[in-house]
Amino acid sequence: MSTKLIVGLDGSESGERALTYAKHLSKLIGDCQIELVYVIEWSPYSFQTAEENAMRHKRREQEIKLASERVITPALEVMKTEGFAAGGRVLHGDAAELLNSVAIKEKAQQIIVARSTESGLAAKLFGSVTAKLVMSASVPVTVVN
Amino acid sequence: MHIKKIISCVFIALCFSSTSVLAEEGGIDQTVNEVFAAATGWFVNLIFAPLPGTTFPWIVLWLVTGATVFTVYFGFIQFKAIRHSISLVKGDYSDPDDAGEVSHFQALATALSGTVGLGNIAGVAVAVSIGGPGATFWMILAGLMGMASKFTECTLGVKYRNEYADGTVSGGPMYYISKGFKEKGLPGGGILAVLFSIFCILGALGGGNMFQANQAHAQISSIVGDYPGWITGVIFALIVFAVIVGGIKSIANVTEKVVPFMGILYVLASLVIILMNIDKVGWAFGQIFEGAFTGLGVAGGFVGALIQGFKRAAFSNEAGVGSAAIAHSAVRTKEPITEGFVSLLEPFIDTVVICTMTALVIIITGQLTTDPTTGLYLVGESGRIITADGSSGVALTSAAFGSALSWFPYVLAVAVVLFAFSTMISWSYYGLKAWTYLFGEGKTTELVFKVIFCLFVIIGAAANLGPVIDFSDASIFAMAVVNIIGLYFLMSLVKVDLKSYLSRLKSGEIKKFKN
Repeated sequence: MSTKLIVGLDGSESGERALTYAKHLSKLIGDCQIELVYVIEWSPYSFQTAEENAMRHKRREQEIKLASERVITPALEVMKTEGFAAGGRVLHGDAAELLNSVAIKEKAQQIIVARSTESGLAAKLFGSVTAKLVMSASVPVTVVN
Repeated sequence: MHIKKIISCVFIALCFSSTSVLAEEGGIDQTVNEVFAAATGWFVNLIFAPLPGTTFPWIVLWLVTGATVFTVYFGFIQFKAIRHSISLVKGDYSDPDDAGEVSHFQALATALSGTVGLGNIAGVAVAVSIGGPGATFWMILAGLMGMASKFTECTLGVKYRNEYADGTVSGGPMYYISKGFKEKGLPGGGILAVLFSIFCILGALGGGNMFQANQAHAQISSIVGDYPGWITGVIFALIVFAVIVGGIKSIANVTEKVVPFMGILYVLASLVIILMNIDKVGWAFGQIFEGAFTGLGVAGGFVGALIQGFKRAAFSNEAGVGSAAIAHSAVRTKEPITEGFVSLLEPFIDTVVICTMTALVIIITGQLTTDPTTGLYLVGESGRIITADGSSGVALTSAAFGSALSWFPYVLAVAVVLFAFSTMISWSYYGLKAWTYLFGEGKTTELVFKVIFCLFVIIGAAANLGPVIDFSDASIFAMAVVNIIGLYFLMSLVKVDLKSYLSRLKSGEIKKFKN
């Protein structure tokens, strides 16, 4: 059975660093599959207007399409030409929870993310995605600097 | 289709003639009132007409009968299903693959922000000051029964909504009446749907807009001093315009976040006051029960208490009116009935919890004066119970909270303004959906309604248009007349879905995703 690595992407340069490290690890492991995950932060308990609700399905489709086109598909194409076995998905929800649940579902050995770009008050108040993931994940997590 | 267009054109003509009259206001409020009252008085009188030989408005009986019929027909679903409703709102049955779609919680919160508002604060004060503490009992009962009406209308709202190719949705009574009647081979669905839409537009411009702007101005001027209403109107209209036309989501987002917080703060403050007077709670409930059946000296006796309780509950939670069906229809679910389960929590939260809190605070803080020798309430010439400081409406609720927490009236003033604003935003959507049902979907058609809506904000805040407000209230209740007729004919469709859903839930075919 091949080893599975989950990589959290956010479309930023730090996500690229996580992916580079995952590729490096994949070469060392040999029989390895990389699963790219892009999470659109979303809560079922947020408050919206009636009009936003009516548009929600359309917006969701647009958000998934945009993230796939801009982040997941280009990354997968590059990985394909480089000879990596890879898959990708775009999900809505809490990033830390979803990366962990995908890892469990895919029976992955490791989650790789980059250090959070959040800083200052927001990070202090709410804690970063990375910190939450490290504290709650059921599989080993590598945080790339 | 021809009938739809003819009726719609007559409506446009009426609408423009009334706005042209209204446009001339400014120092001629009196004339506007007279002209409007003469043109619409018959309609208001018809809707609020008492039953022969009584003072009981037939429309209140209509709503209560509807709620009772749905309660019995669905086997007291509101009591049996409440735990399942809470599970659905928590997301226990939500498929993780549907993440990012409108959740049950969001649909409930959106619908609640349209109903929680002045009805809970001012309406309850009116109910207890006219009907006495006993009105609270009937209000709670009407709230509990109304849960079945919401269940029926919101299930149908999702079941018969229109889904467009671009992924957006439109739903509500106009859609389920026209489609459901066609499906059952019944005549008249088209006409009823058009009638509903017309009443909905009028209700949106009146009760959902002018009344709110008017009350918000009254509240602001009571704190900062008197100033011309058009100033509040223009400011409100600009903000509403920025949200509904400009699509400035940040304002709506702020409101949608602050309003629930205000609602929670209101309930917490009520609980604090109730706890501070815990020794009086038993007495207060005694007054509520005794008043419900004797009236305790209020005008009209126990019937007076009953009318006020039922009327204010209906004003507050809008069960049977059909507005919530429009709000709930945005949820994407494979099971329309789940939205019915979720929506039945609305009258519970709005009326059974929040309205009761207001009533308890007014009663236990001793705002209603009694005759020490007889123990009966002292009723003034206006037919209202004489209050401690002579206030009524929002001011009475404010005085009740202020007597225990001196700073709370300021919070309440902010809450009233925010509630009014969020109600306007909600009703702008309900009105828009009715408008697009009549005139078709499209950017220009929508813009016309949105601009009219903003103009009515200014008119509502600027003028003291009693008859206009009576007319808009009558329109909201007229929505209920059409909607409940539709529900009677379509409730058998809901029952089929309910039976199927409950049996699949029992067999485990419908799975929980969270434990």
